Amino acid sequence: MNILVCITKAPDTTAKIGFTDNNSALNEAGIQWIINPYDEWYALVRALELKEAGIAQNLHLITVGKADVEPVIRKALALGGDEAIRIDGDSNDSYYIATQIAAYAKTQSYDLILTGKESIDYGNASIGAMVAELLDRPFISHATKLDVESGRVMVNREIEGGEETNSCTMPLVISCQKGMAEARIPNMRGIMAARTKPLKVIAVQDCDTLTQIVSYDLPTQKTGVKMIDADNMDELVRLLHEEAKVI
Amino acid sequence: MILVFAELSNGTFKKASFEAVNYAANLAAAQGLQVGAVVLGETSEAALLGEYGAHKVFHVNEARLNTVDSKAYCHAIATLAQQENAQTIIFSNNITAKAVAPRVAARLKASLVAGAISHPDMSNGFVVKKSVFAGKAFAFVKMNAAIKVIAITPNSFAVEKMNQTASVQTAAISFSDSDFGIKVESVNKVTGIVPLSEAELVVSGGRGLKGPENWGILEELGQSIGATLACSRPVADSHWRPHHEHVGQTGGTIRPNLYIAVGISGAIQHLAGVNSSKTIVVINKDPEAPFFKAADYGVLGDAFEILPKLTAAFHKYKAAQNA
Repeated sequence: MNILVCITKAPDTTAKIGFTDNNSALNEAGIQWIINPYDEWYALVRALELKEAGIAQNLHLITVGKADVEPVIRKALALGGDEAIRIDGDSNDSYYIATQIAAYAKTQSYDLILTGKESIDYGNASIGAMVAELLDRPFISHATKLDVESGRVMVNREIEGGEETNSCTMPLVISCQKGMAEARIPNMRGIMAARTKPLKVIAVQDCDTLTQIVSYDLPTQKTGVKMIDADNMDELVRLLHEEAKVI
Repeated sequence: MILVFAELSNGTFKKASFEAVNYAANLAAAQGLQVGAVVLGETSEAALLGEYGAHKVFHVNEARLNTVDSKAYCHAIATLAQQENAQTIIFSNNITAKAVAPRVAARLKASLVAGAISHPDMSNGFVVKKSVFAGKAFAFVKMNAAIKVIAITPNSFAVEKMNQTASVQTAAISFSDSDFGIKVESVNKVTGIVPLSEAELVVSGGRGLKGPENWGILEELGQSIGATLACSRPVADSHWRPHHEHVGQTGGTIRPNLYIAVGISGAIQHLAGVNSSKTIVVINKDPEAPFFKAADYGVLGDAFEILPKLTAAFHKYKAAQNA
């Protein structure tokens, strides 16, 4: 069984976000890039577990990005995986990214393609579903548990207002979230091994970008907190009703 | 035509579906178009969507669609979009939409914005605002393709009744077996609770509550105003509370009208998930807690003393309202 895990970089969760060029581009100064947590903690680690259990034989990682993303993909390789593929393009348009991944996947034979449930930068939660559509495969989103039993995939997934247990044959695309696996820290052996693992660079396919971010904005800061005496909760309730008008 | 997917939940519509129909109706009015609502699965309430602005309802009345398979849902919605020559397709950006809307966009080669929080600005192209970097910023996204798919963040727009009657037609869509590749082995639905993504009132607990055995006072507070419970990441990670209650950068992003944070210091990752809330109340015994800077109202003190008082004050308020 062959698994492909889709990886994207994201700003560290503690990063302060700001913009440059008249609010048209992210200010990358001082930003530390990490593997998108959902891709790392859940999709990649569960794939590693399946390989360690002998269920999966080959585990590839794929990302779409320029050369500056290589430290992030090497870090992912330090956790595990046999080889990485970097498609040499840069865009935040979901359709463009998904088209690149699907085009590469078509040249290979992946039984399972895993993604995180969303990225913590643009947060469209769209790559898994789009790759599934472009490859004409079933898609299970927001998976919290994944097992493979005699060639059939068993998945628990979050649904609106509850949880479902699904089963499906492969090939299949799954997006992963908390519950799938426990986060790992790469060890020194993994970090050393990652340096020599193959990292293939593939040219992009021609593809239109269907969206374009024209500008950014920051949320307005709160004007200042109004402190209420702990012994006067009637006053807080009155303000919530009369001033904030939320109850 | 503007097409809108109105999701069913156990055969009825939730508020988020009406909100999406409303959003479609506003856009349709601005463009001089009609609104067609797509309903997948069994229901007897399809006509209700007229009240929220649908001119037509396309009801695919199939039991197989009572559970979500993204491929089958995509096939039905994309087929109707092509048949009706839809320019724009609206979803409410919940878990179902996250599995289906990108599929529909890829099939139709449409521009996708997931998590829209504004009506489209058509003064210079077609631009929609959305939250990015987990609520730390907003992006204005230009949608360049002829067809647009917009999934709106639930609880972002007022829901208004419109004086309209919808014509309901049963839509015959032919599916192939491969559209239903996913077999549902079992379903476990939590009923009777407003899901966090749609909740207008949320009370949330952090490490300051010291342990899961202390959640009773938070639950009582929630019950006093019908609020949904949430928690911070350390609480979910310590298994004090189930993961689905976790809000913050790596949990759920919510935007209720009222968010009451109890014993949560307000780390940047937590704020990212909740700072779109209309009103924030912070209860904390640490005057240096960063959350106070992001709050509208603050109460400094011991949560174990304050919560029963606040619960009592809410009960008193409710009683006065009902009198």
